[in-house]
Amino acid sequence: MTKPGRPLLKVQGLTKRFGGLVAVDTMTFDVHENEVLGLIGPNGSGKTTTMNLISGAFPPSSGSITMNGRRLSGLPAHKIAREGVARTFQLVRILPGLSLIDNVVAGAAFGHRKRWGLEAEQFARDLLERIGLGDQIHLPVGSLTYIDQKRLELARALASEPKVLLLDEWLAGLNPTELQDGIDLISQLRQEGRTIILVEHVMDAIRSLCDRCIVMNSGAKIAEGTPSDVLSDPEVIRAYLGDE
Amino acid sequence: MTQNGWKELGLIAGLVVIAAFVPIMTDGYWLTIAVTAMMYIALATAWTLFSGPTHYISLATGAFFGVGGYLVATGMSDHDISFWTMAAVAPLVAVALAALVGAATLRLSGIYFVIFTLGLAEMIRGLVSWVQNNFLGSRGLYVLTDFTEAHIYWMLLGVAAIVYLIGWLIERSKLGFALKIIGNDEGVAKHLGINTAAAKVMLFMITGYFTALVGVIIAPRYSYIEPNLVFSPELSFMVVIMALLGGTQRLWGPIIGVIPFILLWETITVSFPYSTTLFLGLSFLLIVYFIPNGVVGLIEKFWKRRDA
Amino acid sequence: MDILISGLLLGGTYALIAMGLNLQYGVARIMNLANGEMLVLGALAAFWMYSVAELSPLVTMIVIAPVAFAGNWLIYQLLLRPLVKRAKTSGQLEVDSILATFGMSFALVGIMVAIHGEYFTYSFLASPFDILGTTVALNRLVAFLVAAVIGVGLVLWLNYTRPGTAVRAVSVNTEAAKLVGINVPRVSAIAFALGGAVTVVGGTLISTFITLDASIGVIFTMKALIIVIMGGVGDIRGSIIAAILLGLVETAVATLIDPGLTLVAAYVIFLGILLFRPQGLFGKRAS
Repeated sequence: MTKPGRPLLKVQGLTKRFGGLVAVDTMTFDVHENEVLGLIGPNGSGKTTTMNLISGAFPPSSGSITMNGRRLSGLPAHKIAREGVARTFQLVRILPGLSLIDNVVAGAAFGHRKRWGLEAEQFARDLLERIGLGDQIHLPVGSLTYIDQKRLELARALASEPKVLLLDEWLAGLNPTELQDGIDLISQLRQEGRTIILVEHVMDAIRSLCDRCIVMNSGAKIAEGTPSDVLSDPEVIRAYLGDE
Repeated sequence: MTQNGWKELGLIAGLVVIAAFVPIMTDGYWLTIAVTAMMYIALATAWTLFSGPTHYISLATGAFFGVGGYLVATGMSDHDISFWTMAAVAPLVAVALAALVGAATLRLSGIYFVIFTLGLAEMIRGLVSWVQNNFLGSRGLYVLTDFTEAHIYWMLLGVAAIVYLIGWLIERSKLGFALKIIGNDEGVAKHLGINTAAAKVMLFMITGYFTALVGVIIAPRYSYIEPNLVFSPELSFMVVIMALLGGTQRLWGPIIGVIPFILLWETITVSFPYSTTLFLGLSFLLIVYFIPNGVVGLIEKFWKRRDA
Repeated sequence: MDILISGLLLGGTYALIAMGLNLQYGVARIMNLANGEMLVLGALAAFWMYSVAELSPLVTMIVIAPVAFAGNWLIYQLLLRPLVKRAKTSGQLEVDSILATFGMSFALVGIMVAIHGEYFTYSFLASPFDILGTTVALNRLVAFLVAAVIGVGLVLWLNYTRPGTAVRAVSVNTEAAKLVGINVPRVSAIAFALGGAVTVVGGTLISTFITLDASIGVIFTMKALIIVIMGGVGDIRGSIIAAILLGLVETAVATLIDPGLTLVAAYVIFLGILLFRPQGLFGKRAS
């Protein structure tokens, strides 16, 4: 396993307002190369909004995001994707009209490392194999189970060989056996030395997967550190459980 | 390349060859109908090129068509420019118009696009009439050429074939793949690195080019051109309805829609000349409620049932 | 000054029409492209009653409003509700409702041409009237005042009554409205019917000072749409201001340059809005 390296993604003073509501409030943090960073916090604390800002779903109100010194904030989503940020969605969003292979080729064709034609197809096949969908390659997308849809979405995100992978509650909604499979899969990605930001509610997953955690509450960062440190932080516990 | 793709292209090529013989077999009334049908085939195929994969309903046909027809007339009548030069230039103006309309509306939801194109032909007509009346003097514009109906027919057939070929190539290109993804989920498409607005605008420009080219080719048929004639909102709706009747999810759908509709339309305009608008409205309703996927949809459903 | 007054008066009537469309699109989520034909239908009724029975358009308006309400309610239940049920995505509903209402608009034009194929010309309160040193036709002023009364009434109804609040709730968030026990299909039908009735009333008013014909509806559809988009979808206050703005610009262009260019002027405004403020004049940028 690779040790976390130099900072790859830098987030500084990131803020997003929707009308009067401040969804993300001056967030500042770094993501290091080969690191799995957990973004946690109670519902509505701004985690998904932060992910959306990084992937360019909408622009920040102020603050900046840079990757390897190149500014990402303010760029449209497709340019951010080409810079090497790939993501999955909170509610799985596969492309129902496309075959499994084309779903993955879709990820490979336009993103960071472009592949097209036979090369892309072969690449997609290998990726589906590795992610555990090898047997289903020829099935229609609609017949996939929930976890297999999630797998497919993950394969699509990996297909562009992103520098940073954003997983938005990728483990949510899985049953206990599927959950174990899911954790194993992400931990395999971690072994490969990928840089990942994951938003997660499943505590077991956070403990076993994350190198570092950032805890958000009401849009702001309230703690940062190793999973065991932040999860025993009194302020974090208060944020989750409320004041007594 | 899949086998089916080549088969489809071969079939279309065969049809084009057969269609090329029409002016030799017949003239007079039926040739006139054939020219009209070929015009709509070219227009509806060009329309489907854009509106099929994107699901944006374009009513800009009348505007592009008018730009083509009107510019040819102005060029030939006022400036003594040859038909062929204008045929090369006019569609490019339509491309610029498409780029402008596309840039303004295609980043937004489909509704803005429909609304913008809805009045576009009417608006340009108003503008052109005003310019003509106030600055150019209200002279008649004539398009005088040696073309016969058969020549016009063959040119339209050529345009229709080229449009089809381009559509066929796009379907198999990276652009076509991008459009398929956009049609599935535009939000995902953006996050995969697809510049969705650019892809849509690009396609709309191609549609604009060929629609204007059809306007150029048809102009000699009218010989006397005025803005009211070529900037026709009705044309936009006719094209939409024929394409929908055929089905927009396949490029060959519109061809199936045009021929029966033109024949029906001819009958209606002859028998009930004052009820054409009502008929157009009822056709729209009939298609939306009973054959929402067009004839193509019906055929494919039938095949699927037979295979099962 | 002439332009200001005339523009204001025209804008007042436009505001009423846009309000009708706003109810249909903002609440029932149906982009009704037959809106302009509904308006012309109101104008035709006023013209017809005046020619046949010399009935004042204002009386016609009162008679026809409930008829229009019932008619639009039926259109919603019979033609549009099935599309709402059939649609799997909001995009599909959008496309379907656009096509269906196009069909309705052509069918209505066809029917109206059959009833009366020429211009709806009649003369009602065409006497000159003096306000603030400007002479305007009395019919324009009356139309404006009636439109203003109806508009204010509508705003009060929306803001201060229970059914009005339900309508606003559906407009803001259909799902949440369902959760608090609002019968969304019923409220949508009522909003659509009410919007249609308001549009028809607007048509009877407009017919007193603009000569219409059966096929002019699409122009009014365009104008209403431009106003609604300019004002921000669902924003009544925004659409009133947008309507008055459009009324002023049109009047200015028609007086100073050429009456044939009013649609061009509307398009220039529209293009500006789309390029720089697609969320409407007062709207917040949505995510």
